[in-house]
Amino acid sequence: MKTGIVAGDIVSTINHGFYDGRKMLIVDLVDATGRRTGKELVAVDVAGAGPGETVLILDEGNGARQVFGSTDAPVRSVIVGIIDRMDLDPA
Amino acid sequence: MQIGLVIGTVVPCEIYKGLEGVPMQWVRPLDKHGQPSGEAVVCADSTRMAGPGERVYFEGGREAALALDPWFVPVDHAIIGIIDDVHVAEEGAT
Repeated sequence: MKTGIVAGDIVSTINHGFYDGRKMLIVDLVDATGRRTGKELVAVDVAGAGPGETVLILDEGNGARQVFGSTDAPVRSVIVGIIDRMDLDPA
Repeated sequence: MQIGLVIGTVVPCEIYKGLEGVPMQWVRPLDKHGQPSGEAVVCADSTRMAGPGERVYFEGGREAALALDPWFVPVDHAIIGIIDDVHVAEEGAT
């Protein structure tokens, strides 16, 4: 799983059928210390996340399809959780 | 999935079976601010409507093939949709 901070969203009307009406958020990936890594991705949101929130991202196709109960949806990145706090062992 | 800009088209005269008629577009990855963020790749266009100059979002790997019909085709990147607006929290819509 990856973590990230929601930076914005995408509006699209012409797209693959699976994405009709789906909420697509742009996420800046962050590492375990919460710092942005410079990478970003677009993920389908099922957790109700909004801009500025730290989120948990599932970034693997089979798991993503399982979230939607589909066997052939072209989806890979899904926001599956909103993170309250991350604690890193300082050792 | 990534944001990209369609910068060109590829027209094959020979193509693997199952990909006949599938538009192939050159897409340069962009970041949320619209700046180039990687090497351009050729994407199969599952919407069949994207053209040069349009912002799109594209997927890689098996999900790219799954976006097409028939889906069991040798494709590693595919345009999933055409972007109308990108809202970046601190900047507003572009």
